Amino acid sequence: MRPDLWVLIALLIGALIAIPLGSILFVGFGPSSQPDSGIWAHLVSTVLWDYLSNTLLLMVGVGIGTVLLGASTAWLVTMYRFPGRSILSWALLLPLAVPGYILAFVITDQLEYAGTVQSALRAWFGWSSARDYYFPEIRSLGGAAIVLSLVLYPYVYLLARASFIEQGTALFEAGRCLGKGALSAFLTVALPLARPAIVVGASLALMETLNEYGTIDFFAVPTLAAGIFDVWLNMDRVRGAAQLASMLAAFALCLVALERISRKGRRFHDTTRRGRPPLTPTSLTGPSKIVASIWCALPVLLGFVLPALVLARYAIEFYAKTLDADYLDFVINSVFLAAWAALLTTAIGVALAYGVRLSSSRPVKSLAEFATIGYAIPGAVLAVGIVAPLGHIDRALDFIATQIFGMSSVGLLLSGTVVSLIVGYTVRFMALGYRTMDAGLARITPAIEGAARTLGASPSRSFAEVHFPLLRPSVSTAALLVFVDTMKELPLTLILRPFNYETLATFVYRYASDELLEECALGALTIVAAGIVPVILMSRAVASMRNIRR
Amino acid sequence: MRYALALCLTTSLFMQPFTQAFASGEVNLYSYRQPFLIEPMLESFTQKTGIEVNISFVDKGMAEKIRAAGNNNPADAVLTVDIGRLDALRKAGLLEPVQSSILEDAIPSHLRHPEGLWFALSTRARIALVSRDRWLPGPLKTLADLADPAHRGKICTRSGKHPYNVALIASIIAHEGEEAAERWLAGVRDNLARKPQGNDRAQAKGVYEGVCDIAISNHYYMGKMATNEEKPEQKRWAQAVEVRFFDVDDRGNHVNISGAALLKGAKNRDEAIALIEFLAGDEAQSQYGTVNFEYPVKEGIATHPLVESWGRFKADSLPLAEIARHRETATRLVDKTRFDSGPSR
Repeated sequence: MRPDLWVLIALLIGALIAIPLGSILFVGFGPSSQPDSGIWAHLVSTVLWDYLSNTLLLMVGVGIGTVLLGASTAWLVTMYRFPGRSILSWALLLPLAVPGYILAFVITDQLEYAGTVQSALRAWFGWSSARDYYFPEIRSLGGAAIVLSLVLYPYVYLLARASFIEQGTALFEAGRCLGKGALSAFLTVALPLARPAIVVGASLALMETLNEYGTIDFFAVPTLAAGIFDVWLNMDRVRGAAQLASMLAAFALCLVALERISRKGRRFHDTTRRGRPPLTPTSLTGPSKIVASIWCALPVLLGFVLPALVLARYAIEFYAKTLDADYLDFVINSVFLAAWAALLTTAIGVALAYGVRLSSSRPVKSLAEFATIGYAIPGAVLAVGIVAPLGHIDRALDFIATQIFGMSSVGLLLSGTVVSLIVGYTVRFMALGYRTMDAGLARITPAIEGAARTLGASPSRSFAEVHFPLLRPSVSTAALLVFVDTMKELPLTLILRPFNYETLATFVYRYASDELLEECALGALTIVAAGIVPVILMSRAVASMRNIRR
Repeated sequence: MRYALALCLTTSLFMQPFTQAFASGEVNLYSYRQPFLIEPMLESFTQKTGIEVNISFVDKGMAEKIRAAGNNNPADAVLTVDIGRLDALRKAGLLEPVQSSILEDAIPSHLRHPEGLWFALSTRARIALVSRDRWLPGPLKTLADLADPAHRGKICTRSGKHPYNVALIASIIAHEGEEAAERWLAGVRDNLARKPQGNDRAQAKGVYEGVCDIAISNHYYMGKMATNEEKPEQKRWAQAVEVRFFDVDDRGNHVNISGAALLKGAKNRDEAIALIEFLAGDEAQSQYGTVNFEYPVKEGIATHPLVESWGRFKADSLPLAEIARHRETATRLVDKTRFDSGPSR
């Protein structure tokens, strides 16, 4: 039984990655010495429903926002020619590099009472105080949904665009020939075909929404994530917090299930691969061309250009402060961690996805899905789930070294070093690695591997020579996403990093947490800039996947 | 291009060693405080003693991290703001008592743990910043006055769940009981000008903008704003308000602390105690005042001239352990009164 090797690998990896999540569940539901003292009765009678409804509404808002922005822009950029298209095709990815809390800060700065917009309105209409007029409160659920949609839609854009390009025009044209209008053909042919990709993109965005704390804290919108921290830190009830975190994990599992259900019984393999003509974008004319330009430029302007400009302005003013701190070291640390995280997460994601595909057994698949839930858990909570098992392993290693080999204490081999950070990122971002690969594999028809295996190739050989080359776009997508996300990652980094170890994100946070964004603007700008390079390379890779005519 | 990138990334994978070596003659600190606020003190400590200070800034999950490391825990001491975190570490059994006559002489007894589990190093008063230009319709001399309907729609504050506000509410519970605290919270909630948001400075800004007339804030933010050369707009916020202490004729204004504690099993125990003693000494105590506008805990040390100019006030001498004990109840009251949803109109 040769395939068992891959399945075993998948099982092993899945189990290892699931340990931190299991450890959170254990804290929440295992034996405990701390009495519960009615924490749930309190939550149910006061704020739990607020937490739940805010979380749900935020997810609905971000879900609509990201799909609307991501899918529409991906379609326009892939299928049509309009002014600015070649720049927008990669620029639409840029907001991905902007941390949500930074966009929240910048947008609030512009829209609040003293901000540019309201000041201009007051000057124009001669109002003198806040009581003279109505202006929507930006620090609200709606504001949070808009901000998060603006930084998260690139997940949908990236995956939808890859899918539209792979689809080609054949089926869409067929729809048109059968008398459908462009919009109707998009809605009934192209969109349903791209559904797995769009759903994966949206579910990634929604998982990020679930774990989001910086933005919702700044906007004073209490979601479940805020509740976890409140119960944990203010009420000092780790157990209650772990139970709330499990609730969040349940939300995430629902997302995964929904995605599965939406795919159920349907196949999305490419069956028209042979002889497809290269994509030829249609030229738009008249007003529709302007509308397309504006629609695609808008998310880039709001989600990237605006924050980048504001940061640049601060950076020019305050760069000396940032350079005073060991800025270059922070950059090196950040890139080092992000590179390792991208490498490991992608490699493990591929192995896991391939093992799951080969095994086609339910338990293996469920384990893999469970292993991706870390993405929806707030980083600080996940970090607590990671330090506990790592501490055990460290103590065991220390015991072996001192008691069995008679060496002196080896200290914290894992949890006191960057190893724990890299482990942490891998657990946290496994959703990006696994689900991107899974979506990539779903597009490879089993007929191909059937052919490879019939010709005598082992699963490993067929993987190396058939699947991996076909998966390359997905691999680079996953690596890019993990790299950029690791650069931005904060709460987990704060907890797991060793002494005297500072990354760009932790440096930025030190100031930004005190709303001193100006002092660290150069650092924040570097995080954004570091995200741009892979974004551009990635976008080229997607474009060259099918030679689109420019 | 793609290969160049691949090369870059591969190189970066091996840019640095995976392990860290610790030398002797040093102390390892976990800090909830912003490093740039205490670096001046730590630098002069290293100069005086030759002991290096390694610092790691953490906010959430410190207790869990320390506990998970067990005997291998690399940190020797912690620095915190707010009594809550110190008390959480104490409750988790992670602190080691320190007997030091230097610390006992320098720090008044209500500002340290009876058995030496933790020590306050500075105090901060939670006060009102009141508009200079607009006339308040009612008196504002006590915390109770904040809940007076006369001030409807006039108050700005950050989230009720923020540790500074939680400690304030806990002090009311300690003095007047839970029911009174709940009534007070509901009263203040109805007096809010907007949903609680932002940090303490943002509340003074609110007064400057005319959104509200009374801002609840820690006192040192006033000093930081008033002397902010890099961001002159903050000077304008500070100019728009004046400092008002609460309850000075009565129980005294509520104060919170920044503090330090020794961790159980500290490898550099002596160095860590030396550091805490240094921070309670004259030089560092004076720096808490001049650098951060806080009140030194040690008698007879002057703070920043600007802070002195507001006058010394009677501080609430309620033991901090009492405040820590009521934090959970305080947090629940914030939930119960829906304080953070803002005024119900």
